[in-house]
Amino acid sequence: MTSQKTPSTKTEKTASKQKLRGIIDYQTITSVSGPLLLVEGVEGVKYEELVEIFLPSGERRRGRVLEVNQDKALIQVFEGSAGIGIGQTRVRFLGKGITLGVSEELLGRVFDGLGRPRDGSPPLIPEEFRDINGLPINPYARSYPNEFIQTGISCIDGLNTLVRGQKLPLFSGSGLPHNRMAAQIVRQARILGAEEEFAVVFGAMGITFEEAQFFIDDFRRTGALERAVLFLNLADDPAIERIATPRVVFTAAEYLAFTKDYHVLVILTDITNYCEALREISAARKEIPGRRGYPGYLYTDLATIYERSGRIKGSEGSITLIPILTMPEDDKTHPIPDLTGYITEGQIILSRTLHHKNVSPPVDVLPSLSRLKDKGIGAGKTREDHADLFNQLYAAYARGKEAAELAVILGEAALTDIDKQFMGFAESFERRYVSQDEYEDRTISETLDLGWELLIMLPRAEMKRVRDENLVKYYDKAAAKFKKSEEKHAS
Amino acid sequence: MNRAEDVGRILKVSGPLVVAEGMGTSRMYDVVKVSEKRLIGEIIGLEGKRASIQVYEDTGGIGPGEPVYPTHDPLSVELGPGLVAAIYDGIQRPLSDIAARTGSFISRGVEIPALPRERRWNFVPQVKKGQKVTVGDILGTVSETVLIEHRIMVPPDLSGEIVEIKKGMFTVEDTVAVIKDKDGKKVNLTMMQRWPVRRPRPYKRKHAPYEILSTGQRVIDTFYPLCKGGTACVPGPFGSGKTVIQHQLAKWADAEVIIYVGCGERGNEMTDVLIEFPELADPKSGEPLMKRTVLIANTSNMPVAAREASVYTGITIAEYFRDMGYSVALMADSTSRWAEAMREISGRLEEMPGEEGYPAYLSARIAEFYERAGLVECLGSDDRRGALSVIGAVSPPGGDLSDPVVQATLRVVKVFWSLEANLAYARHFPAISWLRSYSLYTPSVAESVRETLGAKFLEDSKEAMRLLQEEDELAEIVRLIGIDALSPKERLIMEAARSIREDFLHQNAFHEIDTYASLDKQAKMLSAVLRYYREARKALDAGADLDDLIELPVREKIARTRYIPEGDRERIPKIEEEVVEAISSLKRKEEVTS
Ligand SMILES: Nc1ncnc2c1ncn2[C@@H]1O[C@H](COP(=O)(O)OP(=O)(O)OP(=O)(O)O)[C@@H](O)[C@H]1O
Ligand SMILES: [Mg+2]
Repeated sequence: MTSQKTPSTKTEKTASKQKLRGIIDYQTITSVSGPLLLVEGVEGVKYEELVEIFLPSGERRRGRVLEVNQDKALIQVFEGSAGIGIGQTRVRFLGKGITLGVSEELLGRVFDGLGRPRDGSPPLIPEEFRDINGLPINPYARSYPNEFIQTGISCIDGLNTLVRGQKLPLFSGSGLPHNRMAAQIVRQARILGAEEEFAVVFGAMGITFEEAQFFIDDFRRTGALERAVLFLNLADDPAIERIATPRVVFTAAEYLAFTKDYHVLVILTDITNYCEALREISAARKEIPGRRGYPGYLYTDLATIYERSGRIKGSEGSITLIPILTMPEDDKTHPIPDLTGYITEGQIILSRTLHHKNVSPPVDVLPSLSRLKDKGIGAGKTREDHADLFNQLYAAYARGKEAAELAVILGEAALTDIDKQFMGFAESFERRYVSQDEYEDRTISETLDLGWELLIMLPRAEMKRVRDENLVKYYDKAAAKFKKSEEKHAS
Repeated sequence: MNRAEDVGRILKVSGPLVVAEGMGTSRMYDVVKVSEKRLIGEIIGLEGKRASIQVYEDTGGIGPGEPVYPTHDPLSVELGPGLVAAIYDGIQRPLSDIAARTGSFISRGVEIPALPRERRWNFVPQVKKGQKVTVGDILGTVSETVLIEHRIMVPPDLSGEIVEIKKGMFTVEDTVAVIKDKDGKKVNLTMMQRWPVRRPRPYKRKHAPYEILSTGQRVIDTFYPLCKGGTACVPGPFGSGKTVIQHQLAKWADAEVIIYVGCGERGNEMTDVLIEFPELADPKSGEPLMKRTVLIANTSNMPVAAREASVYTGITIAEYFRDMGYSVALMADSTSRWAEAMREISGRLEEMPGEEGYPAYLSARIAEFYERAGLVECLGSDDRRGALSVIGAVSPPGGDLSDPVVQATLRVVKVFWSLEANLAYARHFPAISWLRSYSLYTPSVAESVRETLGAKFLEDSKEAMRLLQEEDELAEIVRLIGIDALSPKERLIMEAARSIREDFLHQNAFHEIDTYASLDKQAKMLSAVLRYYREARKALDAGADLDDLIELPVREKIARTRYIPEGDRERIPKIEEEVVEAISSLKRKEEVTS
């Protein structure tokens, strides 16, 4: 490559570089492929550097250096490469990574997927600029999430308990009511005994205007909008911009949580669209594809996003993350849900079958899981019987479902009496425990009591997962109460 | 400091891979410092003077033209007092010191020695002046924690005569002994050694493992035991319980030293260990478990190349304790993340990909790693033996066992604990499949188990397995035709198998008592479970009613033996007697009524 250091106007090629106030503009794009540009003859370019691209139309776009090899820089353009030509387009390297200006004024604002105002208000006056990639939390500095969040939804609170600082995704499918469930969580989430409410950082990636508006309206109605920051990259916004959105979201969340002591609830939707944008870049770079064309580093990429949630020693605030993803073909083993499940601390799975059965929210309880529940429940947090109760509910429901499957094949007559009881239990469980109105906010003791009320449909000897003292205190009591009300009915 | 002509220049930056020219004086696997930020990297490819470097820190903001400083040393760990209870990143930087220096987030270019330099340790000599010593001989000891006596050994490749030996308080950099080697050269020895992580530490010879490494987990110890010096893998889909098993083993395995490598997994899981281990008591000594544990944490949000190094850092530290004559157990969670790190770097190097994009050398690397486990005769003139057991978690995509990492692992390890999603969904934990798992050590440990627990336990375990297999076949019939197709005897087998699963194999890691069961408690529990079956079967033959047998209230007591504390485990045989009594009184009753 010939050196193009000295600005001159002698030939067209050297004219392509203009020096403006110490900043060099390159006009040496040599190839455009998908969202990628290759710029040659560059100097001093750094990996991950922010780039501005000036189109002949006057339009300005942003990009990021994906790779730099001697005097060649490969650039990913957030707004896509349409309209970028070889020759007329200028490229400027800004000497820094992508940053977000942060201050408490973020709350109540709406931005685009790269953090530029979208609400018509002027840009905020930042307290500081932060690199959107953030830095990894030192595992030694973390403090373990163990404070129970009451969402008022039984199948979360009772069975898949959410705690402050957890990352718990909703695995859903297109057309399932995941947005309603997420909105209900935002509406109802509270810490028992604490006054303060969650600040919400909402990141939309490629969802429709309507879906975004649903959240905004709901936040507005409940007053959550004032303590919310929204970063919206909608379906008709540039796809590649989505790659930055979750990082922008977490930069805002980290600032609010760990600098300003807010308890932050982050909602990211839809992770599937994010992963598709990543796949597009990977394909354009001609990388060896991993499963289903997604890049081999998808796990690491998602982890560097999700792992930014949590709690930190010596900091009052926290980041709780609820990412939403629609599973392609409702397939849990698809790389997006699969890798997400490998990183997050559990998952809430929505099922189409239950949705058709009018169970709402249609949570598929058995494969759903909260891994952090164990330290967030029990005496002093929820109630002493909580652990035994959910273990027993799970075991009983699993057995009931198994019996129901058998009954489908062989008819109910083929079941033993005890299996029939389990099957009946499973039905009531779905109808009364899992199903719940969108606006019904159940306290944790209501949820727990409901569990016992259902378990007494089964013989005491089957309560193998329950300690003796809890059997006496809760099972027997619920059974006695039931008997009394039966007697009352009879008389 | 480097001479100017040694300093290389960056040509290319692509994620964690940096290519530099002018690296002619460096060798393969040397550590280098990249750019003025002095990011730590390792040479993983050399072509003429051009080096491919994997960088252990984020490379954002680095570009061509920046310097690369060689160190001319391979990637190594520091070995000596101060290791126990420490938490390191993948290249042995102490995370606690990093937090103290740079706060809650890890910034780049931090250089902190792995072993504390200021701290003084009480060195108690074990050799005398004039004594001939050879590699591996113990020069002296330091009581590092109540549980670990740190044995200071003559480092590899050295032997000679002690010309000076000290006693008292020293730092790891102070000389504690001087040896005159065979060429008459005097060598000063400190309490610290360095060892390149990619090279296995030497030993005299290997032996076949034979002694059970008890884990307190019933399904493991009873059905699929691991040996001291053995290897095991735990593959399973997400949420099936790999990490909980690894944690349970780190807590309860009968090893003297635990090395826990969190490789590309969650930060909170390491925090969990950090909070819990100092609180939990070792069942043998009653001392906090942390006092025998070293943690390596390179979580999924930390740089991917350091993840690749973390398993080597871990196993080298483990070998070092093995060399002292300890029984060491290393857990790596998850080896899949290590393999993925290899794949990512390999992809950036544009190497020919093998299966699923993994490099062609994947299985060789995995085999080499597990080969570093074993029961060995340590170097040194005493005949001490050390054992290094390795348990690797594997996280295959979609839980699919045909994954190349699972397959490569299964070719080398001797124990396979297969985790199943369906068991996890039904909250049957540990979700280890009792039919699909295997342990090739079962015959090897039989003798030592027979000596401690008696032959009956071995018989019981065989019988329990037979019942479970029969259950599997019978369940198939039930699925096709219904329960009515079974004879009372067969239904009793189903009941007995259910009891084995629910009352014995199921074990709640989060229940303060159930979390651990000694081998003796396991034997007693299993005996009670099977006694019910044997007696009920006799009763059935004698004409007893099946439903009466199934509904016996005493069975609830069997189900609750798991909650009996270790100290009261003699109560279990009494429950077994109650079972016998209940069944025979049932028989008597029936004789009266008929
Ligand atoms: N022995 C056990 N006792 C009780 N609960 C268990 C046990 N094993 C696993 N679990 C439950 O299953 C959950 C998932 O287990 P774990 O985190 O070990 O899964 P994993 O296989 O490591 O998943 P991943 O691959 O995503 O890391 C735990 O949080 C816990 O709730
Ligand atoms: Mg795990």
